[in-house]
Amino acid sequence: MSQALAGILFIGSLLVALVVTHRPLGDYLYRVYTGTRHLAAERVFYRLAGVQPDAEQRWSVYARSVLAFSAVSILFLYAFQRLQDRLLLSLGFPPVPGHIAWNTAVSFVTNTNWQAYSGESTMGHLVQMAGLAVQNFVSAAVGMAVAIALVRGLARNRTENLGNFWVDLVRGTVRVLLPIAFVGAIVLVASGVIQNLSGVHEVATLAGGTQGVTGGPVASQEIIKELGNNGGGFYNTNSAHPFENPNGWTNWFQIFAILVLPFAMPRAFGRMVGDRRQGYAIAAVMGVLALASVVVLTALEVAHHGTVPQAVGAALEGKDVRFGVANSGTFAAATTLTSTGAVDSFHDSFTALGGMVTMVNMMLGEVAPGGVGAGLYGMLVLAVITVFVAGLMVGRTPEYLGKKIGSREIKLASLYFLTTPALVLFGTALAMGSAEQRASMLNGGPHGLSEVLYAFTSASNNNGSAFAGLTVNTPWYDTVLGLCMAFGRFLPIIFVLGLAGSLARQAPVPASAGTLPTHRPQFVGMVVGVTVILVALTFLPALALGPLAEGIL
Amino acid sequence: MATPVRAPGRTAGPGKNGKVGGGLLDPMQLLTSLPDAVRKLNPVTLWRNPVMFIVEIGAVFTTVLAVTGPSVFAWAIVVWLWLTVVFANLAEAVAEGRGKAQAATLRAAKRDTMARRLTGWRPGQDPGSFETVGAPELRQGDYVVVEAGETIPGDGDVAEGIASVDESAITGESAPVIRESGGDRSAVTGGTKVLSDRIVVQITQKPGESFIDRMIALVEGADRQKTPNEIALNILLAALTVIFLIATATMQPLAIYSKAGNPGIPDSLALTGDGVTGIVLVSLLVCLIPTTIGALLSAIGIAGMDRLVQRNVLAMSGRAVEAAGDVSTLLLDKTGTITLGNRQASEFAPAPGVAVEDLAAAAQLASLADETPEGRSIVVYAKQAYGLRERRPGELDHAEWIPFTAQTRMSGVNVSGREVRKGAATAVMKWVRDHGGHPTSEVGDLVDGISSSGGTPLVVGEVLDGKARVLGVVHLKDVVKQGMRERFAEMRKMGIRTVMITGDNPLTAKAIADEAGVDDFLAEATPEDKLALIREEQRGGRLVAMTGDGTNDAPALAQADVGVAMNTGTSAAKEAGNMVDLDSNPTKLIEIVEIGKQLLITRGALTTFSIANDIAKYFAIIPAMFAAVYPGLDALNVMRLASPQSAILSAVVFNALVIVALIPLALRGVRYRPSSAAKLLSRNLYMYGLGGIVVPFIGIKIIDLVVQFLPGMA
Repeated sequence: MSQALAGILFIGSLLVALVVTHRPLGDYLYRVYTGTRHLAAERVFYRLAGVQPDAEQRWSVYARSVLAFSAVSILFLYAFQRLQDRLLLSLGFPPVPGHIAWNTAVSFVTNTNWQAYSGESTMGHLVQMAGLAVQNFVSAAVGMAVAIALVRGLARNRTENLGNFWVDLVRGTVRVLLPIAFVGAIVLVASGVIQNLSGVHEVATLAGGTQGVTGGPVASQEIIKELGNNGGGFYNTNSAHPFENPNGWTNWFQIFAILVLPFAMPRAFGRMVGDRRQGYAIAAVMGVLALASVVVLTALEVAHHGTVPQAVGAALEGKDVRFGVANSGTFAAATTLTSTGAVDSFHDSFTALGGMVTMVNMMLGEVAPGGVGAGLYGMLVLAVITVFVAGLMVGRTPEYLGKKIGSREIKLASLYFLTTPALVLFGTALAMGSAEQRASMLNGGPHGLSEVLYAFTSASNNNGSAFAGLTVNTPWYDTVLGLCMAFGRFLPIIFVLGLAGSLARQAPVPASAGTLPTHRPQFVGMVVGVTVILVALTFLPALALGPLAEGIL
Repeated sequence: MATPVRAPGRTAGPGKNGKVGGGLLDPMQLLTSLPDAVRKLNPVTLWRNPVMFIVEIGAVFTTVLAVTGPSVFAWAIVVWLWLTVVFANLAEAVAEGRGKAQAATLRAAKRDTMARRLTGWRPGQDPGSFETVGAPELRQGDYVVVEAGETIPGDGDVAEGIASVDESAITGESAPVIRESGGDRSAVTGGTKVLSDRIVVQITQKPGESFIDRMIALVEGADRQKTPNEIALNILLAALTVIFLIATATMQPLAIYSKAGNPGIPDSLALTGDGVTGIVLVSLLVCLIPTTIGALLSAIGIAGMDRLVQRNVLAMSGRAVEAAGDVSTLLLDKTGTITLGNRQASEFAPAPGVAVEDLAAAAQLASLADETPEGRSIVVYAKQAYGLRERRPGELDHAEWIPFTAQTRMSGVNVSGREVRKGAATAVMKWVRDHGGHPTSEVGDLVDGISSSGGTPLVVGEVLDGKARVLGVVHLKDVVKQGMRERFAEMRKMGIRTVMITGDNPLTAKAIADEAGVDDFLAEATPEDKLALIREEQRGGRLVAMTGDGTNDAPALAQADVGVAMNTGTSAAKEAGNMVDLDSNPTKLIEIVEIGKQLLITRGALTTFSIANDIAKYFAIIPAMFAAVYPGLDALNVMRLASPQSAILSAVVFNALVIVALIPLALRGVRYRPSSAAKLLSRNLYMYGLGGIVVPFIGIKIIDLVVQFLPGMA
C-alpha cells in the first residue's frame, strides 16, 4: 500500500467515524444538559457541596462559580505538588519547585496541560491520579458547561437564567466524560497501553548503560488526556512514548478521542436552539477548516524540499516510524486544532511551514473544532462577528438566531477575540525583546523565533503542546506562560458568559425571508473567511519573521 | 419668495423597477467641501472617529520623523497619510454640504417676521386689540392674526377662520393648501404664507423650536447622534484598530531580533538595526486598520438621511432610518396608499329591459352636477367605456340641475320633461316609488350583489312622461393603485408583512385586500385597534412602520417603531411620529423602508470591503519590510512590486484613494433591489467581499507602475 493511500484511508476512516458518532453523541449531550432529573450519585454530591441543583444562575453568578471553582482547584493543585513528598505513592520525588507548581496548577486547571516538567520524573502517582487526572476531567467539563451556557443564552428568551454551573459541571463529568473514558481506557489497555502502579525499574540498555523506566496508571490518564482535550502526558514524550501510544491503531483511536466530543457539540447546539441545521453549519465551518489544515499539513510534510526528506520521500525527523508521516501529521493537526496539545511527533522537527500550520491552527482561536466546549463557544463568537460584519449586507441590523447583535454583544465579542492575540503577541514580544529570555532558545534565526512564538500561542490558547527546543522551566517563563494560560482561559470565559447573559435577556426577533440565513453554505463560507482574515492575518507579521522566513527559501 | 427645499436633488426618486436611486455626486462638491475637510483635522473633533484619529496621530508622528530624517520616500508617505485623513473628512464634509445647501434655502424662509398678537382674545370672540411683536417673542398659547399676503410667524393650529396657504417653502409643492380651524387640517407651519382670507393662529411651538428650526438642524446634521448600529460598528472598528496596533507594535522586537541575526544586511529605509522604521510601521498600521469604512461611516449615515430629505421625508433621528430597515410589518392605510383616494365607477349594470348605453348616458347626465369624486368618476367612466361625450351643465337649455347633497344623497337633472336621478340605492328607490314606480326584485339583487362584493351600488332612476323606473345600478369600487400588487409581492420577498388598515366592513376590506395582495387587513379599524395591533406585533419581536395624520393617530404613531406623519396632518401627529412626509404621500412608507435597508447594506458592504482589502496590503508590505533580511519572503510579493519603497507607498496611496473612490457610493448607497436576504447576500458578498479581496491587488499594482518612477523609490 502506498503512503498516500494509507494516509487517505487513515484520514477517511477518521472522518467516517466522526460523522457516525456525532449524531448519537450530540443527541446524548443534548439530553444530558437539558434533562431535569438528577442521578442518585449527583444528588449526594449536591447535598455534600450544599448546591441547590434546581436553582438557576444569572450570568454573573455562573461566571463567579466558574472562577471560584477554578481558583480553588489551582490552590489545591499547587499545594498538592508542594507537599507531594509527604503523601502516598510519591515514588520518592521531592516537592515540585514553586514556579513549576504554579505553572502546572494553572496549566491543568485551564485545560492547557502545558508541562514545564517531565512527568515520570517529577510527579508521584497520587499527584498524577488525584490531582492532575481529576483536573483532566473537570477542566474539560468546565469548558462544556460554559459552551452550554452560551447556547442557552441563544436558545432562551427574556430570562436572566443560564442554568446552574455546578449541575453542568457534575453532569459533564459524571454522565459524559467518566463513562466514555472508562470504555476508552479499556480499549487502550486491550490495545497495549500499560496500566499499573509500579515504580521505577532499572533497565540495562543495549549500549550498556542503565535507564529508569517508570510504570503507572497510563491508560486511564491517556484516554481522558485525549477525550478532554487536555494533552498532559504521563510521560514527557507524551503520545510518542510506546507505553502511551504503542501502535497505529491506538494512534488512530487517540485522534478519534480528541475529535469526538468537539465535533458532537455543534449537534447538541443545534438541538438546543431548535434548529439542527444551525448545528450542521457550525460543524461544517469546523470541518472545512480542519480538513484544510490536515491536508495542507500532511502535504507539506510529505513534499519537503530538503535533501534528506527528498531522499527518504518525506520529512521523517521527529516522527515515530510506528506512525509515519500522514498519521503524525493528522495527529499534529488534530491536537492543535483542538486544545489538546498531546503530541505523537515533535512539531519542532516538522518542516518550517508544517510547523507553521500547527501554529495557525491554534491562532485561529482553536475553533476547528476546538477544545471540548471551548471550541463551540469560540466558533459561536466568530459567528456573531460574522453576522455583524456581513449581516448588514441583507439590509437589517444584525441578528443571530433571532437575537440582535447590538453594542453590548459586539463589545463582548470583540473583547473575546482581542484577548488571545494580545496575550500571544505581547508575550512573544516581551520574550524576544529580552536577551535573558532569548537565551532559552535552542536555535537561533527564525526557527528560534518560532519556538518562542509557539510557546506563547500554545499557552494563551490553552493548547499545551510545545514546539520543544525552548527551555521553559525557568521562573520567568513559568510565571509569564502561567499568566497567559490563566488570562487566555478565564477572560474569554467571562466575556462569553456576559454575551450569553445579554443574549438570553432579549426577546427573539422572528425569522422571515428578510433574515440572514445562518445555515447555508454561504454563511459557512463567510465564517471561514472571517476566521481566516480577521484572526489568522493578525499574526502574519510575526509568522513572516518565524516559520515563513524559514520555510520559503 | 422662498425656493423649494428639495431643489438640489429634485430629480431623485424611485427609479425603474422600484429600485431606490439616489442623489448624484457633483465633482464640484468635493472642491467646495475641501475647506471644511481641512477644518475637521482638528483633533478635538476628530477623536470621535477612533480609526481616523489613529491615522492622524500616525501622520503627525511621521511628519516629525520626516523632518528629522528627510527623504523623498518619507515625505511621500507623510503627504499621503495626511491626505488619507483629509479624504475621510472630505467624505463627511460633502455629505454635510448637501444638507447645508438645503438648510440655506430653509433659512431664507425663516426671516424674522412681525406678528400681530391678539390681546385678551378667546376663540369665539370678536378680535379686539392687537400688538405688533417680533416672531421670536411669541410664546406657546399666544393668538396671532394673519391675513392674505402675510407670513405665518410660527407653528400653530388655526383657531378661527379658513385660508389657502402656500407651503412651498417647506414642501416644495407650489399648489396652495387649505387650512381651517378644527379637524385634521388645522396645523400651520411658521414661514409659510397665507394667500387668501384671514385666520387666527394659536402658537404651539416654543421659541426657537419651530418646525423649520428642526428641519434646519436635521438637514445640517447639527444634532446628529450616532445610531445604535453605528455605535456597535464603531466598537468593532475600534477593536480591530487595537488588534492591529498590537500586531504592529509587537512586531518591533521580532524585527530587531531578525535584523540582528543577519548582520551582513545593510540598513534600508524600511528596516534598520533599531527595527522597522517609524514611517513604515505607521504605514503598515494605517493600511491594516479599517480606514475605508472608518472614513465613510458617518458620511453613509448623513447621506441616508439626505436621501430621505430628497424624497421630502424628514427623519427626526437616524435611529428611525435604521429602524426602517428592520421593519417587518407595514401598516398601510387603505385610502390613498393602496387604493386611489376615492371609489370609482367600474361597471354599469342595467335593469332588465334597459340597454347598457342608455344607463350609461343617464348616469352621466345625472352626474354632471355632482362634484364629488365619485360623481366625476361616473362621467369619466361613461366617456371612456361608451364614448359618451362629457357635456357641460350649460350646454343643455332649460335644464334644472340638482346637485348632490348629504341630505338627499342623490344628484340629477330635470330637462325637457325628463327627470334623472342617481344616488344611494335606498334614496333613489324611494324617489322612484314616490313617483309611482316599482323597482323590480332584479334591481334589488344587483344592489345586494355589488354590496356583498365589497363595492358600493349607486342606483340610477328616471321619470319620463310620468312613468318612473329604475334604469340600473352603477358599480363603484375601490381602485387599487397600479403596481401595488407587485410591490407587496416584493415586500413579501424581503420578509415584510403588509397589513391594510381600513374603516370598511370586513367584507369590503377582504375584497380589496385580496385584490391588492396584502398579507392581512384590519377592518373597521379604530385608533385603539391600530394601537393594539402595533403592540401585538411588537410583542412578537417585530418592528412596525405606519403612517398617520390625525390627532387620533398620534398614540399609534408614537408606539410604532417608524411612524411617518403626513405634513398635512395635525401638530399632534407630527409631534408623535419620528418622520414627517412633506408630500403627505402614504405610499412613501415603502420607499422609506427601502432607504433604511439600503443604508444598512451600504454600511455592511463597505465594512466587508474594507476588511477584505487587508489581504492585499499584507502581501504588499510584509515582503517590502523583511525581504531584505529573508530573501525567501519575496515570494509573498505576488504583485511583483518594483521596490520596497514603492510597494509601501503604493499601499498607502491605494488606501487613501479608495476612500475618495468610494465617496460617491457612500453618498448614493449601494444598488438595492428588493429581494430575499439570501439573494441580497450572495450578490453583495461577491461584489464587496470578493471584490474587496481582488480590487486592491490590481489597484496597488497599477499605482506601483506609476510611483516606481519617483526619485528615491529604487
